Amino acid sequence: MAKQRVMVVGGGLAGLSASMRLAEAGVDVDMMSLTPVKRSHSVCAQGGINAVNPVTRQQGDSEWLHFDDTVYGGDFLQQQPPVKEMADWGPRIIDLMDRLGVTFNRTPEGFRDQRRFGGTLFMRTAFAGATTGQQLLYALDEQVRRWETEGRIKKYEFWDFLGPVLDANGVCRGCVGQDLVTMEIRAFPADVVVVASGGCGLIYGRSTMSMVCTGSAASRVFAAGAKYGNGEFIQVHPTAIPGADKLRLMSESARGEGGRVWVPRKPQDPRDPRQIPEAQRYYFLEERYPKYGNLVPRDIATREIFNVCTYEGLSVEKDRLCVYLDLTHLSRAVLDQKLGGILEIYEKFQGVDPRDTPMKIFPAVHYSMGGLWVDYERSADGGLRIGSPRNQVTNIPGLYAMGECDYQYHGANRLGANSLLSCIFSGLMAAPGIAAWLKSVPGGAAADLPSSLFDGARKHHQQEHDRLLRRSAGGENPYLLHQELGQVMTKAATVVRHNDVLREAYGAVCELAERAERCSLSDTGNWTNQNVVFTKALLDMFPLAKVIVKGALQRDECRGAHYKPEFAMPGLTATDPAGRRREAETWCDRFQENTHKWLRSTIARLGSDGEPTITYEEVDTSLIPPRPRLYGLVGAEVIEEVWKERQLGKPATDRDGNGATGKPAAQPLAAG
Amino acid sequence: MQSTTNGHASPAGHAAAGTPLPDEFDVRILRQDAPDEASYWERHRVRREPDMNVISVLQRIAAQAKTVEGERVAPVAWDCNCLEEVCGACTMVVNGHVRQACTALVDRLLADNPDEIELRPMEKFPVVRDLVVNRRRLFRALEKLKTWIPVDGYYDAGPGPRVSQEAQQEAYPLSECMSCGCCLDACPQYQKIELARREGETDAEFAHREQEAFDTRFVGAHAISQVMLFNRHPTGALSAGERLDLLMEAGGIQDCGNAQNCVAVCPKKIPLTTSIGRAGRATVVRAISKWFGR
Repeated sequence: MAKQRVMVVGGGLAGLSASMRLAEAGVDVDMMSLTPVKRSHSVCAQGGINAVNPVTRQQGDSEWLHFDDTVYGGDFLQQQPPVKEMADWGPRIIDLMDRLGVTFNRTPEGFRDQRRFGGTLFMRTAFAGATTGQQLLYALDEQVRRWETEGRIKKYEFWDFLGPVLDANGVCRGCVGQDLVTMEIRAFPADVVVVASGGCGLIYGRSTMSMVCTGSAASRVFAAGAKYGNGEFIQVHPTAIPGADKLRLMSESARGEGGRVWVPRKPQDPRDPRQIPEAQRYYFLEERYPKYGNLVPRDIATREIFNVCTYEGLSVEKDRLCVYLDLTHLSRAVLDQKLGGILEIYEKFQGVDPRDTPMKIFPAVHYSMGGLWVDYERSADGGLRIGSPRNQVTNIPGLYAMGECDYQYHGANRLGANSLLSCIFSGLMAAPGIAAWLKSVPGGAAADLPSSLFDGARKHHQQEHDRLLRRSAGGENPYLLHQELGQVMTKAATVVRHNDVLREAYGAVCELAERAERCSLSDTGNWTNQNVVFTKALLDMFPLAKVIVKGALQRDECRGAHYKPEFAMPGLTATDPAGRRREAETWCDRFQENTHKWLRSTIARLGSDGEPTITYEEVDTSLIPPRPRLYGLVGAEVIEEVWKERQLGKPATDRDGNGATGKPAAQPLAAG
Repeated sequence: MQSTTNGHASPAGHAAAGTPLPDEFDVRILRQDAPDEASYWERHRVRREPDMNVISVLQRIAAQAKTVEGERVAPVAWDCNCLEEVCGACTMVVNGHVRQACTALVDRLLADNPDEIELRPMEKFPVVRDLVVNRRRLFRALEKLKTWIPVDGYYDAGPGPRVSQEAQQEAYPLSECMSCGCCLDACPQYQKIELARREGETDAEFAHREQEAFDTRFVGAHAISQVMLFNRHPTGALSAGERLDLLMEAGGIQDCGNAQNCVAVCPKKIPLTTSIGRAGRATVVRAISKWFGR
């Protein structure tokens, strides 16, 4: 009888951490990746990784508060038990990465140094210069290489995942992949398939994501019947460097270390920024959000930068939207030691030293909060039951998803430095559950199943491939279609969303999808044919693009990264206390109504006609009841007062769980 | 740096020296359809856009798929991923220099040579197609030299060892090595190994034969530097001797010819020659102490 195997698709932080943990448990693992795993997109993460640490703990911090910041920052759209579990694991995960040799920055006493990130008031973020993702990924890559030399892990690098193989009962029994060099298509029997394939930023054309982040693997799983959750929640990072090929991230850590965002008060002031006196600079984040300043959550920072440049006409340049991100008041030595990596990127691509001259930045598509729907098993204490095969499994038995391609941890908006944590956590946490599933999997090892199952799947993909290669010349150009798709998506489904624009965009995406069916290839060979691989990825972008646009169109509210001005809940306008009070009551009524109606996960499934259908599922908010996110709102303190009174007026079981269950009190509402 | 543009380089078509840059430019590419085929030059013409780098040039060429002469051709194949010089994928020879294509900015290349941009694949690795090369040997060196921290396991065992700021600042640059291979391409001692699959040879047999060939030839500066990174880590130091022994085997540090090209071309400015110097001393000490039975 053959031995069971697990196939892990994707070699970023989630795929690597799951693989090494499975290998340690004695499970044989295959890894399939478009690129050598050491070159995965996780290397682009810069700023750091969040966890409670001994210093913040003594300042009143706790895992519960990290959990609270995460769900509050995410506008309560997450299932809470997995987020609670993640925050609980945080300190141990950092310790493990420390033991694996990650070169975390140090204090003079030799402890790990910490910095502050957005959406929290604690210095919770451990970091390794400004290349934390790269350093974490390398540590895991090294461990996986170690297991590789012991024969426990086998890598298939430069392979494209074409789709899962499901048996007659709908259980995942392996997958089909294609060798990007020889173009060989092969079926891989596997008792579990883990998809850890990252985000789908390339649907937007240019983004901060790497070239492999097409979302194709997730889309192929979606096409096989998997549910896709919260697709419309796409994070637009406030600070990126515009470029012709991609928009390069300028880490939040630049602000975490004291960087200030500003524009000249005089529109398009032509002076050298260093010559503009303080009084003539508009530090709009600091003025509008005195509590969090430049470190408001990302969705808010992005919207403010976008508004200042567009509606308020204060962009630094006339023909190009951008604001200053200024580090010039900080010492060069500190900048080099803590931010060297990202400052070099700016210097290399813009030819300007950001230690001397304020950087020019603008928001860019950055992270997919949404992704493949995954399950979990709740424990008695509100966390997860570790070892449950339900953790991180999609609705297809035997098919797991983790890392950025799952929908689980970040709700409507991700906090900075939480992604590295969620990726490593989901990989490490899910591994024992996967091992448990292997013990119980029905029908023995996948490799012992009749070969007809795998031959059939392989042949299907081979035929699709051959059909693409045989397309007649003179049709649509896949690269130009991709640019068009990017333009449509960037206009309709990023910072500010309007229903008429979204409706039009849905039509445009459908039309592009039809045109893509008429793509012809400029390379029809069967050796390192990047043209056909790209075209396949492009074709698979359309179902997810539709999910994003349709989800955004249907969701008539504002939540985290999803902002529709038409449904925004503005601050209070009355000036007298009684009037304000009345308005606050109405505001809270409306908030409750909206929560009742829209605090639900968007769940998309692909219909037989190729169109996504959308339903909504309940969110488990039983640990921390949803409360208004009031960053910077006028009248926030009155709304907060009313909200608190209403919470107290409720029966104990319904009330803010913190007080009722003896858990540490949650942070007060942020009044900005 | 013009004061009129807030200190940023002018987006208009002017190089630093003030010479106007052309609206379009030629790109000469050394192509090769497959490993066992002959290479050939091909010329493409691309319109200049603001903020272009060699990657965006290759993207335009892929979309055009047409040479200067108007001949329809397959898109040029190349390797890339992050486009911000942290993944190490897009190494190629640009205007005669091995480097990352993503940081090769068109305006600067044209300022140096307004006539054309020349792209070639790396020289020390077998060409897969066009600008794509096979760098498996590079990763094999990391396996061979065991460049990792051999922890007991992944269960919670508290934090790692305390590390001084000095030690962290010394280790960090070494840990930025992205396995791009520039140091190997520039190294006179690092010679190309290109094996062809034999008739009837299985995947496993070929991989075994290839590994044997890799393991007897020079590992190169990147791998030596990684050995020093792990040997100087408090936990890694516990198995430093084993790594040094491996570094003294065939293809080890003794093959270094001290040309110092590696450090000159490293895009991350990793002090590779410092690592090599330290590794040299450490292996000598190790050899002597073993000779005397310690």
